[in-house]
Amino acid sequence: MTIHSDPYAESRETTEGRVYSVTGGDWDSLATEIGATKEERVVVNMGPQHPSTHGVLRIILELEGETVTEVRCGIGYLHTGIEKNTEYRSWTQGVTFVTRMDYLAPIFNETAYCLAVEKLLGITDDVPERASVIRVLMMELNRISSHMVALGTGALELGALSPMIFAFRDRELVLDLFEQICGLRMNMAYIRPGGVAQDIPAGAIGKIRETVDQLRINFKDNEKLLVGNTIWMKRTQNIGYLDLAGCTTLGITGPVLRSTGLPWDLRKTQPYCGYENYDFDVITTDSADVYGRFLIRMQELEQSLRIVEQACDKLEKLEGQPVMVADKKIAWPSQLSVGADGMGNSLAHIREIMGESMESLIHHFKLVTEGFRVPAGQVYVAVESPRGETGVHLVSDGGTRPYRVHFREPSFNNLQSTSAMCEGSMIADVIGAIASIDPVMGGVDR
Amino acid sequence: MSEDKGSFGVHGTGDTSGYSGLVRAQVTPGSSERPFGGYFDEVADDLERAFPAFSEAIEKIVVDRGELTLFVKRSHLVETALALRNTETLRFEMCMGVNGVHYPEDAGRELHAVYALLSLTHNRRIRIEVAVPDSDPHLPSLVEVWGGINWHERESYDMFGIIFDGHPGLTRILMPDDWQGHPQRKDYPLGGIPIEYKGATIPAPSERRSYQ
Amino acid sequence: MGLEEKLPSGIVLTSVEKLAGYMRKSSLWPATFGLACCAIEMMAAGAGRYDLARFGMEVFRASPRQADLMIVAGRVSNKMAPVLRQIYDQMAAPKWVIAMGACASSGGMFNNYAIVQGVDHIVPVDIYLPGCPPRPEMLMDAILKLHENIGDAKLGVNRERIIRETEAAALAAKPTLEIKGLLA
Repeated sequence: MTIHSDPYAESRETTEGRVYSVTGGDWDSLATEIGATKEERVVVNMGPQHPSTHGVLRIILELEGETVTEVRCGIGYLHTGIEKNTEYRSWTQGVTFVTRMDYLAPIFNETAYCLAVEKLLGITDDVPERASVIRVLMMELNRISSHMVALGTGALELGALSPMIFAFRDRELVLDLFEQICGLRMNMAYIRPGGVAQDIPAGAIGKIRETVDQLRINFKDNEKLLVGNTIWMKRTQNIGYLDLAGCTTLGITGPVLRSTGLPWDLRKTQPYCGYENYDFDVITTDSADVYGRFLIRMQELEQSLRIVEQACDKLEKLEGQPVMVADKKIAWPSQLSVGADGMGNSLAHIREIMGESMESLIHHFKLVTEGFRVPAGQVYVAVESPRGETGVHLVSDGGTRPYRVHFREPSFNNLQSTSAMCEGSMIADVIGAIASIDPVMGGVDR
Repeated sequence: MSEDKGSFGVHGTGDTSGYSGLVRAQVTPGSSERPFGGYFDEVADDLERAFPAFSEAIEKIVVDRGELTLFVKRSHLVETALALRNTETLRFEMCMGVNGVHYPEDAGRELHAVYALLSLTHNRRIRIEVAVPDSDPHLPSLVEVWGGINWHERESYDMFGIIFDGHPGLTRILMPDDWQGHPQRKDYPLGGIPIEYKGATIPAPSERRSYQ
Repeated sequence: MGLEEKLPSGIVLTSVEKLAGYMRKSSLWPATFGLACCAIEMMAAGAGRYDLARFGMEVFRASPRQADLMIVAGRVSNKMAPVLRQIYDQMAAPKWVIAMGACASSGGMFNNYAIVQGVDHIVPVDIYLPGCPPRPEMLMDAILKLHENIGDAKLGVNRERIIRETEAAALAAKPTLEIKGLLA
């Protein structure tokens, strides 16, 4: 056997046989070399700098020809130490950290975290209704923007570019709403323990309603492109199969679980933030494949729009009510007002603490720098994020900082099913299967 | 659980009150008395019926903030888990993962592993907690009971050094393979560096003055 | 006077340096190096509304060998650092790096055991782009500023001289701590 010298495909003898390291642009020479050997077992390393869009996920594939015999995921390339970092910040500041975990669903991280803090404080029932409605509104808008990325990048990875352009166009509309409501497009830190950071601005409801109407029209574009499209169905139907038994064993939740036909949605089964007062359907399919999960996400968009509309109705009725708990030992001392510079404290509040009341100033200072204390104990709170159950395990030792914050991230858990979904299938279907899990590496690695 | 002494940014006793009165002891909720309320009594009764070694296996049952925690001895962890999963009236078919918590002051029980269980059939949640000493951080793996706990156990090993015996491949998952130490333990430093500005330095987050 | 006046219309004279700079700056090929939140904003910059295609760089290359601009979009962990350096080494020179976002520029809010405190510890950075995450407009601004830099880049001996001068200046520069801020 002649060994071609190739600067990019070095080969060396190991106990496993001859191993080639390929770093790009040299497949021809590699194919020639491998053609001369007897064994056809090829290990391909996809990532961690990934040609597609799911971030720094490394997939180690063992191939026999085009068939995948073994899949392993290598994760941790985005491990940020957020859980440890929150232990050095106050309970309120923790929101700013957790929002950056699953960066496509920041509002869900914040809400789950705040619900957990509120449960530890024992003030779950004191959170004003208007705050809960705003949370629901923001969560459902966030679900739309997250599903848009899931659909867009999923299609992109299977070679369809146009759906991605449409999806990002619609996502921008939702991000415009976020920007109007809380000033940021991503990583908002808008939900706070006890309520939300500030009330939604005047005129936002009208803008939301307009956007909802526009989105209804826009969603049809992707529907026309993909639903029933022969190529799309051939790439997605009966791919990445995982049935109910597999899902329960692996602890899978979210659209992957619902694609097996089980209507498990925490918004219905274990309602939080008043979800029991909204009228919406839990979407299921029974195909348990990539196409089924795609259909679920498409239809959940419409359900989210329904919830957003109902939330708008409720907000109009609750106009002028507080958005933060009444307890001044927990609530942020002042209503923030949006000034010309974007965000600022209300002038009336500054006048009071600086000019009139020393006690107010001390109280403001203590609450902002020291924060509030949370009684010792532990809780587990779960919300239904776009990817499944986002659970927060919070432990307090009674101090002003969390003792331990742990996120049970749906992406982390669901990514385990890659092996079950992909082994035995073709290499091209691995991409589709992983796209249907919709893992966000920020959530996987935290 | 722990004890906080003194006031802002002071180490040592730091008591400026003159009465040595500024000491607050923090305690975690103790064992609860029946009735637990809700479905918790049913869960406890059903488990007791289905699981003969119940009184040996369960150290204490804590109901706090509307959540049930079963403190299980590690020698009986697998049997308890199997009973919780297989008994028809319990049916905790999903495990939402395991999470380590490090209590360095809890001598002999420094490392806690907390399992969150979910029953789709009965729509219930409970929690199992197991404590192991830091000197012998071994726990039986539950991968055979709930396959989905595989990565969670690897994460707890990676972050806390809890060793799950019988795990099919207990290696680091988030940190690099050659990393030293287990970063989310309390005795592992946060590892921040001081931040330099023009003419000023701000210490690392873990070194700043803080409220206890 | 001179050559310019004798030329027929339709011919422009320039220096090799400027021509090369013009060519280079208008054919940047970014590598897909999405890491975290910033990657989503980078994708948004490539999508419909912001449309990076207007500047001739909407095609993100999956292979580092076909790319000459690395946009480090997000936090770089200690585990990712060697991978990042390898990808940088695989890119064909001349190559440029944009540190997108607070985390890539300085470690950002994650001052802890897991995150590299600024990607400039691993690769030379041409543009630091603040924000958490920066808006797509800010990314475009950074890219346009990089275009300007590339367009004005020197070649040959001039380039070597500039590199020498920059290095000498960097060696002589005061550490950040000793620099007086605006208030001092």
